[in-house]
Amino acid sequence: MATARVEVNPSLRTVHRLTGAFIGVALVALAIANVPGILQGYDRAGVDLYPYARPVIQSYYQGLTIHGVMNVLVWTIFFLSGFFLFVTVYALDRPLASTRLGWVAFWIMLAGLILALVAMLTDAASVLYTFYPPLKASPLFYIGLTLIVVGTWFVGANIWMTWRRWRRDHPGQHTPLAVFGTLATFALWTIASVGLAIEMLVLVIPWSLGLTTDIDPLLARTLFWFTGHPIVYFWLLPAYVSWYTMVPRLAGGRLFSEPMARVAFLLFVLYSIPVGLHHQFSDPGLGGGIKLVHTFMTFAVFFPSLLTYFNISASIETGARWRGGTGWISWVRHVPWGNPALTGQIMGMFLFVPGGIGGLTNASYNVNQAVHNTTWVVGHFHLTVGGAVTLTFMATTYWLIPYLTGRALWGRRLAVAQPILFFVGMTIWSETMHRLGLAYMPRRTYITQAPYVPEEWRDPMILLGIGATGMIIGGLLYFFIIIMTLVVSREPAQVEVPLPRPGVESKHEHVPALLDRWRPWLIGSLVLIAIAYGPVFYQLLTHVSTVPGQSGLW
Amino acid sequence: MINRKTLLELGWILPSIAIPVGMLVAVIVSAFGMNIGVPSQAGTIQPAAIDTTPPFDQPGVLRQVGPNQYEVALIGQVWSFNPRELRVPAGAEVHFVATSRDVIHGLHIEGTNVNVMLIPGRITRQRAVFREPGQYRFVCHEYCGIGHHTMYGTVIVEER
Ligand code: HEM
Ligand SMILES: [Cu+2]
Ligand SMILES: [Cu+2]
Repeated sequence: MATARVEVNPSLRTVHRLTGAFIGVALVALAIANVPGILQGYDRAGVDLYPYARPVIQSYYQGLTIHGVMNVLVWTIFFLSGFFLFVTVYALDRPLASTRLGWVAFWIMLAGLILALVAMLTDAASVLYTFYPPLKASPLFYIGLTLIVVGTWFVGANIWMTWRRWRRDHPGQHTPLAVFGTLATFALWTIASVGLAIEMLVLVIPWSLGLTTDIDPLLARTLFWFTGHPIVYFWLLPAYVSWYTMVPRLAGGRLFSEPMARVAFLLFVLYSIPVGLHHQFSDPGLGGGIKLVHTFMTFAVFFPSLLTYFNISASIETGARWRGGTGWISWVRHVPWGNPALTGQIMGMFLFVPGGIGGLTNASYNVNQAVHNTTWVVGHFHLTVGGAVTLTFMATTYWLIPYLTGRALWGRRLAVAQPILFFVGMTIWSETMHRLGLAYMPRRTYITQAPYVPEEWRDPMILLGIGATGMIIGGLLYFFIIIMTLVVSREPAQVEVPLPRPGVESKHEHVPALLDRWRPWLIGSLVLIAIAYGPVFYQLLTHVSTVPGQSGLW
Repeated sequence: MINRKTLLELGWILPSIAIPVGMLVAVIVSAFGMNIGVPSQAGTIQPAAIDTTPPFDQPGVLRQVGPNQYEVALIGQVWSFNPRELRVPAGAEVHFVATSRDVIHGLHIEGTNVNVMLIPGRITRQRAVFREPGQYRFVCHEYCGIGHHTMYGTVIVEER
């Protein structure tokens, strides 16, 4: 076996266009998503910009729908599809099982995106990204989102088939960690997405087409959150794959403990689904006892993130020490901060710490009532998906786009400043959103037009404006750097795929057999789902309560 | 064999287990020991039947259900609460019984544990004790259409 991968096998290149296509769409989605993001940001600061946006965006809520859907359903999912396909090919050192299937997935997802976008831009689907029935949108919206989910199944199937072939050709070898994490992600996502698929195909789409008239809002909502919590791991685990496999190398070190990384991924497979009721603590019609079970499971799924935190910090420290760092804390100066692909990810990790801790608060059963549906929650998930995941994906493009296009990153120093600026803005903004949430400021609300805003919110709202400005400039800077790289940069890129080279950044650690097998963990996951959701669906199906749909409310 | 690396790992893993377990104990104690609960099953109701089904036929009317305990019905509809204003005595335990006439709404009464969803077809119950006299704002915190941000009300807690 080679110790260093210098020459890239040319047959791997077939994935480049596919990954490029996914990431291109993801970036356009991120740009579209955050135009209303800017308007919302200033609305929360007491400045109403919507009258000026009227020709394009009719209302706060139309904008909020676009912001939610395009950020968390399109930017994340298109990016991770392209990223995971790329990682699988490079880590296994073989082309995809079917590049054509990869393109089929891409076109299905793009078609879905266009349908949903048409519905949202024509104000025919201003129901927010959670689209709770009985609010009823255009069928195009639901069909479009469903197609995006269907596309991800094809992406997952392709990766799985590629891995199977690799295994056949490499009997007795451990799956490389990057692909192991990828498979874990798709395993949990495939199981989890069944909830959303049933909600869409059985309840919502027939109803929006007029084939049925009434719908059970609580049943739909519960199916939504069956998928709606684990989907956050669908967004997060690609970032973890990067943190576990690429960050150690970018930091000049190697992963502290590979078995611990595998344990973390497997615990996500086990625990990420039976937790959805933590979004429904305040719902009627669901038992209090079973809600407590979901609290318990959510605490369990916090554990692998703590493992990750330790493992990654230790890996970065290893790198810094190899580069000459010493002392308890002064080794930090030897982290290669000048590499934007690393700095962006570390900024994301910093945001993830308060994000994770706040998540435990949200999941704490009755404590949730102090924060539910307040701006606290919005502050929380901007740290996680808006901060950690988004910054990690952005930082990834700082090496991936040069790699794919052959053009060196334009403005490296600016690219180091970009995530730092976004981080500072987000820290101010998110902390203030948390605080205002504790002062009962509701989320999903056109605050400048709300008649009840008390005086005590006013000063923190100024801070929201300052924080949002930092986030917005950080975001604009990102697009500026990417556009300049694509248009202006003439220097040839000199980047490698920062996957660990066997024997250098990857130790030949002993991996216990149980950590390279799937069946026991998948069965465990299904058992936990049955325990956590069996009583819920039994109860819902024996107490169905349907109501008529409502359209024309926006 | 306990080397430095194992010690480090244990030093991280044990607190990582202890902290969530401690929090879980706190939650369980507060839920069962102090009776701070979340909404649970409280029945179903057809939106069309709201106006003829007690207690929703008399929204906002306080009914005594025990010593210093009252029950009051509240209805969410686009885009207002019925009633918008509610008077309750200070120190009493007030049981809110609520539902929605159309789409999903939210109900959050500031300073209380009444932070719940109103789902059409379902009945939501939650209780609160207002210790201090004064005005408590309540708002709808779930998107319910274009007028959502205008949907709010006030609980007036009266000295007795
Ligand atoms: C310039 C950066 C951003 C700003 C200023 C911003 C601002 C906001 C604000 C003020 C809200 C709350 C609206 C409300 O509840 O009434 C919001 C909601 C939201 N944001 Fe952002 N955001 C930004 C970036 C992002 C990113 C990068 C993501 C995810 C990748 C994201 C995901 C979301 C989601 C999922 C919601 C909830 C939508 C809903 O409640 O339906 N945001 N954003
Ligand atoms: Cu969740
Ligand atoms: Cu509302």
